[in-house]
Amino acid sequence: MTAVAVERVAERTAPYVTAHEEFVRASAGPAWLQDLRQEAITRFAAVGFPTTRDEAWRFTSVERVAAGRFSAPPSGIPAGVREAVARVVVGEPHERLVATFVNGRFTKELSTLVGLPSGVVVGSLADAMRSHGDLVRTHLGRYASAEANPFTALSTAFVADGAFVYVPRNVVVEQPLQIVFVSSGGEEPIVSQTRALFVLEESAQLSLIEQYVGAGEGTYWTNAVTEWVVGDNAVVDAYRIQRERTDASHTATTWSRQGRSSVFSAVNFAFGGHLCRHDIHAVLDGEGAECTVNGLSVLRGNQLMDHHTTIDHAKPHCNSWELFNGVYDERARGVFTGRIIVRPGAQKTDSKQTSNSLLLSEDARSDSQPQLEIYADDVKCTHGATLGPIDEKSLFYLQSRGIGGQAARNLLTYGFGAEILNSVSLEPLRAHLDDVVHARLENRAH
Amino acid sequence: MTGIEAHVAKPYELGWETDIESEKAPVGLNEDIIRLISAKKEEPEWMLEWRLKAYRHWLTMTEPTWPNVKYPPIDYQAIHYYAAPKQDKKPTSLEEVDPKLLATFAKLGIPLTEQKRLTGVAVDAVFDSVSVATTFKGKLKEAGVIFLPFSEAVREHPDLVRKYLGSVVPTTDNFFAALNSAVFTDGSFVFVPKGVKCPMELSTYFRINATSTGQFERTLIIAEEGASVSYLEGCSAPMRDENQLHAAVVELVALDDASIKYSTVQNWYPGDEEGKGGIYNFVTKRGACRGRNSKISWTQVETGSSITWKYPSCILQGDNSVGEFYSVAVTNNRQQADTGTKMIHIGKNTKSTIVSKGISAGRSQNTYRGQVKIMKSAEGARNYSQCDSMLIGDQCGAHTFPYIDVRNSSAVMEHEASTSKIGEDQIFYCQARGIKAEDAVSMIVAGFCKEVFRELPMEFAVEAQNLLAVNLEGSVG
Amino acid sequence: MLDIKNLHASVEGTEILHGVNLKVGKGEVHAIMGPNGSGKSTLAQVLAGHPAYEVTEGTVALAGADLLDMSPEERAQAGVFMAFQYPVEIRGITNAYFLRAAVNAVRKARGEPEYDTIDFLDVLDEKLKVIGWEDTFLTRAVNEGFSGGEKKRNEIIQMAVLEPKLAILDETDSGLDIDALKLVAEAVNTLRAPDRSMVIVTHYQRLLNYITPDYVHVLHNGRIVRSGGKELAHELEAKGYDWLRQEAAVAG
Repeated sequence: MTAVAVERVAERTAPYVTAHEEFVRASAGPAWLQDLRQEAITRFAAVGFPTTRDEAWRFTSVERVAAGRFSAPPSGIPAGVREAVARVVVGEPHERLVATFVNGRFTKELSTLVGLPSGVVVGSLADAMRSHGDLVRTHLGRYASAEANPFTALSTAFVADGAFVYVPRNVVVEQPLQIVFVSSGGEEPIVSQTRALFVLEESAQLSLIEQYVGAGEGTYWTNAVTEWVVGDNAVVDAYRIQRERTDASHTATTWSRQGRSSVFSAVNFAFGGHLCRHDIHAVLDGEGAECTVNGLSVLRGNQLMDHHTTIDHAKPHCNSWELFNGVYDERARGVFTGRIIVRPGAQKTDSKQTSNSLLLSEDARSDSQPQLEIYADDVKCTHGATLGPIDEKSLFYLQSRGIGGQAARNLLTYGFGAEILNSVSLEPLRAHLDDVVHARLENRAH
Repeated sequence: MTGIEAHVAKPYELGWETDIESEKAPVGLNEDIIRLISAKKEEPEWMLEWRLKAYRHWLTMTEPTWPNVKYPPIDYQAIHYYAAPKQDKKPTSLEEVDPKLLATFAKLGIPLTEQKRLTGVAVDAVFDSVSVATTFKGKLKEAGVIFLPFSEAVREHPDLVRKYLGSVVPTTDNFFAALNSAVFTDGSFVFVPKGVKCPMELSTYFRINATSTGQFERTLIIAEEGASVSYLEGCSAPMRDENQLHAAVVELVALDDASIKYSTVQNWYPGDEEGKGGIYNFVTKRGACRGRNSKISWTQVETGSSITWKYPSCILQGDNSVGEFYSVAVTNNRQQADTGTKMIHIGKNTKSTIVSKGISAGRSQNTYRGQVKIMKSAEGARNYSQCDSMLIGDQCGAHTFPYIDVRNSSAVMEHEASTSKIGEDQIFYCQARGIKAEDAVSMIVAGFCKEVFRELPMEFAVEAQNLLAVNLEGSVG
Repeated sequence: MLDIKNLHASVEGTEILHGVNLKVGKGEVHAIMGPNGSGKSTLAQVLAGHPAYEVTEGTVALAGADLLDMSPEERAQAGVFMAFQYPVEIRGITNAYFLRAAVNAVRKARGEPEYDTIDFLDVLDEKLKVIGWEDTFLTRAVNEGFSGGEKKRNEIIQMAVLEPKLAILDETDSGLDIDALKLVAEAVNTLRAPDRSMVIVTHYQRLLNYITPDYVHVLHNGRIVRSGGKELAHELEAKGYDWLRQEAAVAG
């Protein structure tokens, strides 16, 4: 880096470095945690915020976040949070398992966690650091690497609370678990550092809905990091729904590490936010593991959603499927980067990646790029991409069946989203998301 | 050779030679040779001039080096550019054709005699530089379809030939097209007039027999407004240590609402296990969808030739016109194939589909090279490309070079690509269910090629199965 | 039904099985358990005849016949069926076509007439009724685009159709969620028959909560170190494999 560049990095990271000193003084914690935080802030201070000159960020400028002044959120439950949670949780009230986090902090009064199977832990990461210290120490920050992403570094530097879930060996959690992260700015712009650590032991099974929502009026930025530790033969059904306020920023990393013959399925919905970036990093680290990573973005206005995925096939006989659909209206932008790594020796890898973009306006834009890095010779890797407006022929077909104009366009657009909606196997959630997608399409501005 | 490779190594079955005296032009290429060819074909002056112009341009050109194939330099002066079976007088009916020639084609599975003819398929049989016989000429004539050896068409329908020849592939297009334009000998001419659906499949079979010769055929197919035709071509050659050059040009023209389906089963001699001998198959094939709603579809099964260099293409000029390319290219031993297509979208709402299946075994190299070009004018154009490679063994190579050039933002592009390997595991899986290894290989290959095989006309599907030693019964539909 | 004596087998020159002895009687269900790298999958592959594994010593008899002398397809024709740990994909070939090819290959070898497409559909129908599964897989290509769980279920369908005398299930339970596991276990239980023996290789004890074996064997370092009844599985669940490792070390 040139001297000027170093100076620019320092100018922007300085407020965070200062805030960190204060944060460390104020928050207690074991030595390993303090070391983890220290390493992370050092890393962040050294690299600073990414710029479009970094290959991994070339389609997405984070200037809005980098140039802003975001401080730590005040404690308490701001107005509107309760309603925001009520709007997004699904299922019958008496059966729900809900854990709510306000600006990253576990909020017991907005959580319902009755009837968990024995041995299962759901709740605050801060509590878990005390009650399950060894478990947290073994996993926290060990997968989502501060080296790989400056925003992850920033998250780890300030890690204090967050969501923690632990499912012991052979335990099946039948009810889906709903984790709601609400961010709400005050007078000052705030950064809501949300953190999650989900650990499943051998042959455990869990369905989990992770939601990101905004409340109130104040400017905020959510910086989220989620780590999944999926034990041998464990089965995970994960849904992530990002519905931040459309003026908010959202930077996120989801990192999963899977053991032998485990199954990890993640469906990611992106509806909200102004500047959004989600790095998904799935490591297939045991023979015969399989993962599905799907995504649906439905955006308009000046929204930007950048999905940056890496599927790392580290062991033989692993399968991965990726399907990302995006619907972009007005001046919205979508970015999809799909990196697939097949490590030496990861023979019999079978990997399929597809990204489809539907552009509903002349000004909408989408960039898609596959990146295949294959270091084994007996593998099958397929990738495909489509990009374009609504098919005129299909439109005409619908018109000829009496469905005209906007209704026809909406139907075809919905069909595009339905492909992903259909991969949601929790019926109440699927129905809920179906309504969300319909509402977004019907409210299109013209 | 591993166990699996043994199952795909099939001896070349059409490598025998017909013992027939041949009349050849002197070796080498110059203007006199071209005059000689033109004279042999009893061509009008304009045709000779056209050839000479192409020849003069060819002299200024250099051989292309961009294909992903390797071969020693070709000595263009060591080739006989004309070879024909010797005959006292030109046969006027099938009865006068040398029985040896009829026997040759019968042995190739193409009986030409009245009693044994394939029903529903009219055949033009080309032996070295001349057409031996064309069946069902009369029946086709009743329907208004012209199906003639090219040299006859030049004499009988000069206006039609002159109007369309070189209009899709200009003489200056590329090195091999220019060479072909100068020295082409025979081939087929098809003209389907306005509103006519050709009542039967048309087919040309090309056989190279003479030594030290090349075959330079020319095919021109025109479908007028609302006309449609399905054309098949097949080919083979004897096994020889020398390499022989085959440089053909095929031009297709489809006017408004017309459709042309062109299928090829290419089985030229591929050379021996060590790569000795075999045909250099350097071919230019291109179709122009000139009219609105016109359609040109190329289907090819490429198993032969030591080197293949071939990109059947479509120029989608008419609005709503459709171009298709379905290809299976199999290479084994030391074969090299560099094949693919070009889809040039000019008209509005033009649509193209590319499905390419490459199978490489032995020490062969198999390259897919394709271009999709969406011009500024091609509002609403769509392309779907699917490109799959299968590797058998670990000494072979598969390469994919897709070029995409989009200049209109309303275009929809879809592409899919995959590379897989037939492994011991796949075979073992079938064996563990009681299925023999060779049947397993057939089944795996058939499944892999399914999307292309189902595009082939029935008669050729059978030949393709035999060629790939695959049994498709029930598996393809 | 199956008699394995002093079986030694290696892959790429490394011996994995160091003398396995196992007798499986007619209609018996044996579970083989063991930690990673114990040789469980090798044993299954050797019995099915995978060419990568070389038998260096010992004998395997199937109903008195020399199993090791048979090619993989002859074993299948003799009634051996292996449900693969990693079932292979065959593009473009439908399951219905594949199953017919398999059934006909076996029938042909036994001198029985082959089924045509129409008759075979009836046969399929009947056999699927036995396990009570509706089959939406039949018109899909063999394992193409299947999830791990679907592939495992497809193996069970093949087993139901091929009606083997000896079924070897190689980790059929791995990678299944609880519902799929129950479904597969139920189908396997239905397919238990007096003239059908089963060898169930499993990595995770959980399967044995749903399928009750007649015998349980623990494979460790290429040898069976412990055999017992179904209670052995519960013992393993409680204690893990470590005590066996120690026992083996003392004995070894």
